[in-house]
Amino acid sequence: MVHLSTIPSEDEIDDKLVESVKKAHLQLVNDEDAFTTSVYGSRFAALDLPRHEMPEREMPKEVAYRMIKDELSLDGNPMLNLASFVTTYMEEEAEKLMTESFSKNFIDYEEYPQSADIQNRCVSMIGRLFNAPGGSDDATKGAVGTSCVGSSEAIMLAVLAMKKRWKNKRVAAGKSTDKPNIIMSSAVQVCWEKAARYFEVDEKLVYCTQERYVIDPEETVNLVDENTIGICTILGTTYTGEYEDVKAVNDLLVRKGLDIPIHVDAASGGFVAPFVVPDLKWDFRLEKVVSINVSGHKYGLVYPGVGWVVWRSAEYLPKELVFNINYLGADQASFTLNFSKGASQVIGQYYQLIRLGKHGYRAIMSNLTRTANYLSDSLEAMGFIIMSKKSGEGLPLVAFRLTPQEDRNYDEFALAHQLRVRGWVVPAYTMAPNTKNLKMLRVVVREDFTRSRCDNLIADIKLGQQLLEQMDRDSIKKQQDFIHKNHTASGKATHNHPKYRETHSIQGRTGKTHAIC
Amino acid sequence: MVLSRHVDPEEVVSHLQGARTSNNKTKLSHLTPYDTAYASQVEIPKYRLPDDGAPADAVYAMIRDELDLDGRPNLNLASFVNTYVDDNSQKIMAENVAKNLADNDEYPAMLAMSQRCVSILANLWRVNKGEKAIGSPTVGSSEAIHLGGLAMKRRWQERRWAEGKDAYKPNILMGSNAQVALEKFARYFDVEARILPVSAKSNFCLDPDLVRQNIDENTIGVFVILGSTYTGHYEPVEEIARILDEFQNMTGIDIPIHVDAASGGFVAPFTHAGAGQRWNFELPRVKSINTSGHKFGLSCAGVGWIIWRDESYLPQHLIFKLHYLGGTEESYTLNFSRPGAQVIVQYYNLIHLGFSGYREIMENCLANARLLSNSLEATKWYTCVSAIHRPTKTVPTGVAQKVKNTVESAVSGGGKEQQQQDGSGETSAAYVAGLPVVSFRLTDEFKREFVHIKQETVSLLLRARGWIIPNYALPPSEDGTEILRVVVRESMSFDLLDRLVTDIVQVTEKLIDNDEVDLSILHKQRKEPAAKTDSSKKSQGGVAKDTEQRALNVGKNASRMAEGIHRSVC
Repeated sequence: MVHLSTIPSEDEIDDKLVESVKKAHLQLVNDEDAFTTSVYGSRFAALDLPRHEMPEREMPKEVAYRMIKDELSLDGNPMLNLASFVTTYMEEEAEKLMTESFSKNFIDYEEYPQSADIQNRCVSMIGRLFNAPGGSDDATKGAVGTSCVGSSEAIMLAVLAMKKRWKNKRVAAGKSTDKPNIIMSSAVQVCWEKAARYFEVDEKLVYCTQERYVIDPEETVNLVDENTIGICTILGTTYTGEYEDVKAVNDLLVRKGLDIPIHVDAASGGFVAPFVVPDLKWDFRLEKVVSINVSGHKYGLVYPGVGWVVWRSAEYLPKELVFNINYLGADQASFTLNFSKGASQVIGQYYQLIRLGKHGYRAIMSNLTRTANYLSDSLEAMGFIIMSKKSGEGLPLVAFRLTPQEDRNYDEFALAHQLRVRGWVVPAYTMAPNTKNLKMLRVVVREDFTRSRCDNLIADIKLGQQLLEQMDRDSIKKQQDFIHKNHTASGKATHNHPKYRETHSIQGRTGKTHAIC
Repeated sequence: MVLSRHVDPEEVVSHLQGARTSNNKTKLSHLTPYDTAYASQVEIPKYRLPDDGAPADAVYAMIRDELDLDGRPNLNLASFVNTYVDDNSQKIMAENVAKNLADNDEYPAMLAMSQRCVSILANLWRVNKGEKAIGSPTVGSSEAIHLGGLAMKRRWQERRWAEGKDAYKPNILMGSNAQVALEKFARYFDVEARILPVSAKSNFCLDPDLVRQNIDENTIGVFVILGSTYTGHYEPVEEIARILDEFQNMTGIDIPIHVDAASGGFVAPFTHAGAGQRWNFELPRVKSINTSGHKFGLSCAGVGWIIWRDESYLPQHLIFKLHYLGGTEESYTLNFSRPGAQVIVQYYNLIHLGFSGYREIMENCLANARLLSNSLEATKWYTCVSAIHRPTKTVPTGVAQKVKNTVESAVSGGGKEQQQQDGSGETSAAYVAGLPVVSFRLTDEFKREFVHIKQETVSLLLRARGWIIPNYALPPSEDGTEILRVVVRESMSFDLLDRLVTDIVQVTEKLIDNDEVDLSILHKQRKEPAAKTDSSKKSQGGVAKDTEQRALNVGKNASRMAEGIHRSVC
């Protein structure tokens, strides 16, 4: 049956509610849990990570690890980064080797002789790959080389060697040594400008034109004067990947009887050209080429942190620059800007060299060339103008731009931002000076960029273009600003210093953007 | 690092031809890594890129096995470079090994961490409130020193041009105990290096009196080393700053100081002893400081830091801007693409250990170093050139003591009393400040008694037991003295130390027991391979007959800086 129940008065209800709230007051743990439950149960999860001041107290390692790992998940996905030449894939075995060598200090020759020996082997292999003259009879004739942190260090060393050699000659001839200069293309990577600036060498630029994105050999050689310490030629410019005509520069120098050394910046091309176009003469087969640098961490297929530089012979490396280092009775000649550094990358390089062999490198580079060709053809069919070379006449990258068209509301930068939303990092650049602010997009085809991923990219470019076609100028501008602000790191950057608004570099003067490499 | 001559393989190959079988092609299918052709018939490619590759696991196994010939990092007492990283650091390194520190747009989180490290270090080194410190990660202290020196040179040039004077003959001052990177800077950037000799009076460091005599209007700056790599002494930054202040008052010429705190930058701020006197941005004259993250910063090889006290000390002329996707980055580095994982580990260490964690580790290192020093001196065979085990009272400088007290209380804050009440009680505060380095040599009495014993032999015999303890000459003009040096790192535990002391004692006893002939044989055998590669070693040739000649040879063993030979490891 139905129970009879009393109806509570208003007061009673209120009372009870208040009571229950009182009982259910918050009971948060407040025992400064250092680390007992899971990482996310510790007090550190509720605190900001220290940013400016060292914390007074320790933090358990699991917590520190997890916090940092979580934060790093905000970094981009290297696979979708088509802007950079730098290797993002290595085999597990190579990774294992590298991990095991993290705490080895490469410079510590006496302690890690085997790592040092491995470097020597790499130098030898790379030297031979570039057809360096052997020096079996005369010890002073053979090529010499060294490993570096990257091509930047390699280039600085090469510039330093050229400058010193020029200076020594001038001093011997009793002439002034105030105004050394170096000749290079305006499409050079920023480290060339740095090297010139930091070592106080004037830069003489060979400008690109709207049709020609590499140096003109004739113009280059015409710039030579008595103060020229050398000429830089690039095997694979970072903009269009085109190989500069080293042979023509060399032949002109020979014809005119000029004794000017050539340095080949083969940062990207050094591991591509010998496998894809072995007949192209750009290396030590040309008599004026005295030094070559190459990045192991680009098409050398190693993770970042290794570059190589090789000189034709010890004669091109003035001995004042070489420091002898003694450790427990073993003398080592050393020419570097950096000293202590990790050994893993050099070991990784050796792994790749013997693991892949010429055949392996050729297979990979051939695939890349095929993929680049396929992408070029597809983009051409979609109406883009292709600025890069095809079929191995340049690096496996695709540089392209929109056809000039008055009524188009968007430019290359808008398209780049559109792709960014889909996760692809495809950079847009303003070309080297004197090319009328030519804009372009660039896709670097790296080892891990397969045909099927290429198809995905093409589909996304199509989609992005369709979307942009439907928008008017204002909304594109607005959207572009929004994406720039919210989807790129540099748009959000707060670290750029207001003081340093430089106008001294090619970029500062002309608005050229440096291509990332 | 090492310049290597590229080897012509023809000779080597022809030598091996006899051993080759016709079936020398690497098998593609195999059961184990040791089942491939490389295991027995074919030599692993050394000088020429092989035409065909080899299976991944085989190559891995071969290279790993070969690397076993490298030394054991933990027993290498010659190097300051950190060899122990915990599992988490290892993991985080491995996860981030593919990241390029130069690619800021792609890896913003990594960039943020590197900024935080700069910020944390600037604060640790007491940057002033009103100033805007600016800094950068580098590959190591070498790059940092080049950058610091270059900024000083450019500032000097700009000042000279502004005054309408010539700027052709810059010079820079450093002690002869300077690491090779400092001299490299001078050589590569066309600055005259004024390398000042050291003496026992100056603790084998930069001598303030000589600084006074060598500065002029063309001096771009003074490199002061916080933690000499020879003996671990800190150079007197404050004293040198005072000299430069006086010079400025007299002549109006402002000469900046760059502190090379490669090792000390992560030791002095944490230890109770501090640096003996002020050394960091508290001194207005210190414009820039560099340190190595991979030394006592406890990260992995490949990271250093440089910080300028204010952006105005970094000339605009040297900065390059890079555009990425419409955004910009400022850059002042010598290297471009490079790994970023070490920077992440640095940040991990900073927040994982915190101030007290670093302090504990550094105090432990110093305590172990004191123990080692005292044990060695107790044998009466050895005497220490380093001073961290000597109580400050024997060096009674009232000012220094007072300064130290203030520094200490400033650094440790409220925690000071608490620390001293702790059980053990003893901290480095009671001792001379310095790096946890023990530099020792045979006592004069010992040398008189056992004329035939060369100090280098101790180093050689210890090496046979796995320890790497280098023997080398002190810098000019004290290079008649040779020292053995032990760097006490984090991983040098009490137990290991115990073994080391035992081994040193045993080795020395063995030497005492052996007569001359045995020792000379030992020596000759070791020298032979070296003689082949270096003709300068010929002087080592015959066994000297009289003791005087032998004494001369002792001098020859440890290479001299005057001969252009530098010690490599730091």
